[in-house]
Amino acid sequence: MTTAPIHPISETSMGFGSRVHSWVISVDHKKLGMMYIGAGLIFFMLGGIEATLMRLQLMKPLNDMLTPHGFNQMFTMHGTTMVFLVGMPVLLGFGNYLIPLMIGARDMAFPRLNAFGLWLFIFGGLLLYYSFIGGDGLYGMGGAPDVGWFAYSPLTSKAFSVGHATDYWILGIMVSGFGSMTTAINFMATIVCMRCPGMTFMRMPLFVWLMFTVGILVLLALPVLTGAQVMLLFDRFLGAHFFDPQQQGSVIFWQHLFWFFGHPEVYILILPAFGMICEIIPVFSRKVIFGYPLMVAATLSIAFISLGVWVHHMFSVGLPPWLNSIFAASTFLIAVPTGMKMFNWIGTMWGGNIRFTVSMMFATGFLVMFLFGGLTGIMLAVVPFDWQLSDSYFVVGHFHYVLFGGTMLAVFSAVFYWFPKATGRLLSEPMGKWTFWMFMIGLTLTFFPMHLSGVLGMPRRVYTYQPGRGFELWNLISSSGVPFQIVGVLLLVTNIIKSLINGRVAGPDPWDAWTLEWATSSPPPSENFSKIPTCTSPRPLWDRKHPEDPDCFYE
Amino acid sequence: MKSIRAGTCLALCVFVAFSCVASASAVAAAEICAPGSAATASSVAPPTVPTILPYIFDPHGPPARMIHDLSWLVLGICAVLFIVVEGMIFYGVIVYRRKKNDKSKNEPRQVYGSNPVEIAWTIIPLLIVFVLALTTVRTIRSIELTKAPAGALEVVVIGHQWWWEYRYLDANVPGGEIVVANELHVPINRPVWLRLESADVIHSWWVPALAGKMDVIPNHTNYTWFNADSEGLYLGQCAEYCGNQHAGMLLRVVASKPEEFDAWLQTQIAPTVNDTSVAMGREIFQEYACSNCHTVKGVSDGQFAPDLTHLMSRQTIAAGVAPLDPTTLRAWIDNPQALKPGCNMPSLQLDTEELDAVTAYLLTLR
Repeated sequence: MTTAPIHPISETSMGFGSRVHSWVISVDHKKLGMMYIGAGLIFFMLGGIEATLMRLQLMKPLNDMLTPHGFNQMFTMHGTTMVFLVGMPVLLGFGNYLIPLMIGARDMAFPRLNAFGLWLFIFGGLLLYYSFIGGDGLYGMGGAPDVGWFAYSPLTSKAFSVGHATDYWILGIMVSGFGSMTTAINFMATIVCMRCPGMTFMRMPLFVWLMFTVGILVLLALPVLTGAQVMLLFDRFLGAHFFDPQQQGSVIFWQHLFWFFGHPEVYILILPAFGMICEIIPVFSRKVIFGYPLMVAATLSIAFISLGVWVHHMFSVGLPPWLNSIFAASTFLIAVPTGMKMFNWIGTMWGGNIRFTVSMMFATGFLVMFLFGGLTGIMLAVVPFDWQLSDSYFVVGHFHYVLFGGTMLAVFSAVFYWFPKATGRLLSEPMGKWTFWMFMIGLTLTFFPMHLSGVLGMPRRVYTYQPGRGFELWNLISSSGVPFQIVGVLLLVTNIIKSLINGRVAGPDPWDAWTLEWATSSPPPSENFSKIPTCTSPRPLWDRKHPEDPDCFYE
Repeated sequence: MKSIRAGTCLALCVFVAFSCVASASAVAAAEICAPGSAATASSVAPPTVPTILPYIFDPHGPPARMIHDLSWLVLGICAVLFIVVEGMIFYGVIVYRRKKNDKSKNEPRQVYGSNPVEIAWTIIPLLIVFVLALTTVRTIRSIELTKAPAGALEVVVIGHQWWWEYRYLDANVPGGEIVVANELHVPINRPVWLRLESADVIHSWWVPALAGKMDVIPNHTNYTWFNADSEGLYLGQCAEYCGNQHAGMLLRVVASKPEEFDAWLQTQIAPTVNDTSVAMGREIFQEYACSNCHTVKGVSDGQFAPDLTHLMSRQTIAAGVAPLDPTTLRAWIDNPQALKPGCNMPSLQLDTEELDAVTAYLLTLR
């Protein structure tokens, strides 16, 4: 018996309500991926507002725009938001959108688990932000957590954290953490089981390799945080004493648990960015990635070593010299594979024919900024130097170079690169160039002087500082970078909205790229490929475009 | 053309970064050379000794100096790496950009990798970090001591939300233990061995010109040491987030000649001043909640707040946040939350007469 093919109702013909409904109930990896990224960008703006308030407060010494309690809430929420509600969801969103397309699959392995993960993240984020209203419970009008994003005990104990702000921190992160874990499982299952014919592991795009590694790290690291948070909940509600120094609990135990999660987390945030750069630089340099096998090896070794460096966040805790030495060595070691990646990207650019689209400009900006952040990271690994620098503004400068100059620039690069694929429209290049320069100037102005105020002895997380210590100028410069970044964000948002309405039509393959997502229409149809593609090399579309000189000859 | 612009602007960014470094060191150097100017800018009355700002490249004792020497090596290596690798990036950006009039569809030669090159840029970084690791381990071993250096002055540091308590345990102190708050006095050219303990949450003791920071952790005793080699008032502050007034937990270390230090010790050993002209103030101090938290030897024995027995031998109150003078002291007693919002000292709502009496009493505690 034959039936007429069912044509899906075109989205534009639907009313607003049913369109929203179709997104809410969707289990399509593309829609889920875009919702991840969209929600992440909204949280990005919230975190940005918190950062702006902090920079306004620190613009001059002894400022009283914010109360100490208010400022402490701001940096706690800024850090927590940027790590858990911006970094992870945006990167997992890209993974969600791209992995099935890149490996020639119709969807993720577990589409409904995928949707479950997204909604856990969104509700976890809302739970955290609800603390602004409900955080103080019966004690007052409300207040967000003020314990710092790594929530060191005993500040989180009932004695020092009255009300429910800390509980919202625990539960919000725990809920969204479960979402991330399901997504990690989904990534790994999809990558292992659903690659199209011909796509061996060593033919996967590097972005897929990186996301596979991230999946491993999420699964190893996040449960440790969740476990620690459960213990903290027990301490707070059931009278347990895991982290209670009054009852022979150990506050250092929390630090070990947190950083055993926290350090791989840093790599969870940077590895997907590496993956994006690995895709974007070759396409715009018109050259195959330099040293593909070494890139894979470097990725796996970064992941492996990153599980054994957490104590470098704790060098000033007073651990024995031998322990500090071992973790200093492992931290140095991780610089080696990271360096290999850097050199391989440069090796890809050399000898190429580089097209400086906005996407490539952001990718180059990533290289420039991330290198700086990486080198200050090496300085921090030198334990005695770290005794001076840790918990100072130098550290704040360092990780903003890595996470903003690194991860976020890569994300912007990726937005410009894959936006045409996801929407069928190109983003405006001139406006994008303004965005790029606003971010480059803003970033340098804001984060570079932080290294100097740190060297001058300014600790992080201070709501104000004394005049006459040499901090004034550097803090003023730091604050002066904020308007540039705000303009950058506004330009990006305007660009996205404008291009969605009347952007230039992209066509299936606007960048003349080589991975499978460009072999289908833009935006891709609901099951991605009308016919499952086959893969002949790491660059299947190169092989199709250059039958006279295919990649498979060089495998 | 666009890429030239891109390259130029990127170069500009790096140039800006470099000029920032240069001017930073110039400003910092100026501040170190003319510490007086900094002291006058501060709200605290200028001390008789030079103020040494918390600047890690101005070490005044062995641990800080060892770190300082190591840091130049590290900075040197990183600077070279920075210049070389950024140079490689910019070389790529400038030389291999697509020419403006290049409309050809030809792809450049595809290079899949090169074993010798890749081995080189694995081995060279390995060697560099090997050198760094060895020097790091050596410096750790010379700084992280496990027992007090010979002849050290031993002091217990107790971190409180948001002030510092120092207890001098030295057997040389006649008459037993001395308890002071917020201002640590030490002799120069004698090692000082600090035992770090916390009364509540984690703090961190950090005076950059003397030594690196060491966390002050409840139920976990840490030790650190320094040896000031010149007279001065060394500034620093708590470096581990410890709640509301983390920013208001300043550190002051006064290093002076041994004889001056001994003289200071004598003032701290001296019995509490008992001035009958301020008896009313003392009564109010004892009657109201003051005595629950503050110790004045022979008058009260509170443990939660700074010992006030020899209050007037200090330069500051509120853990270094405010200068110690009659007006500020009176304002502080009247409403501590105005000077240090969120601190643990409540306003006792004293009326004008009581306020004047208590202030007058405290001003006699030399």
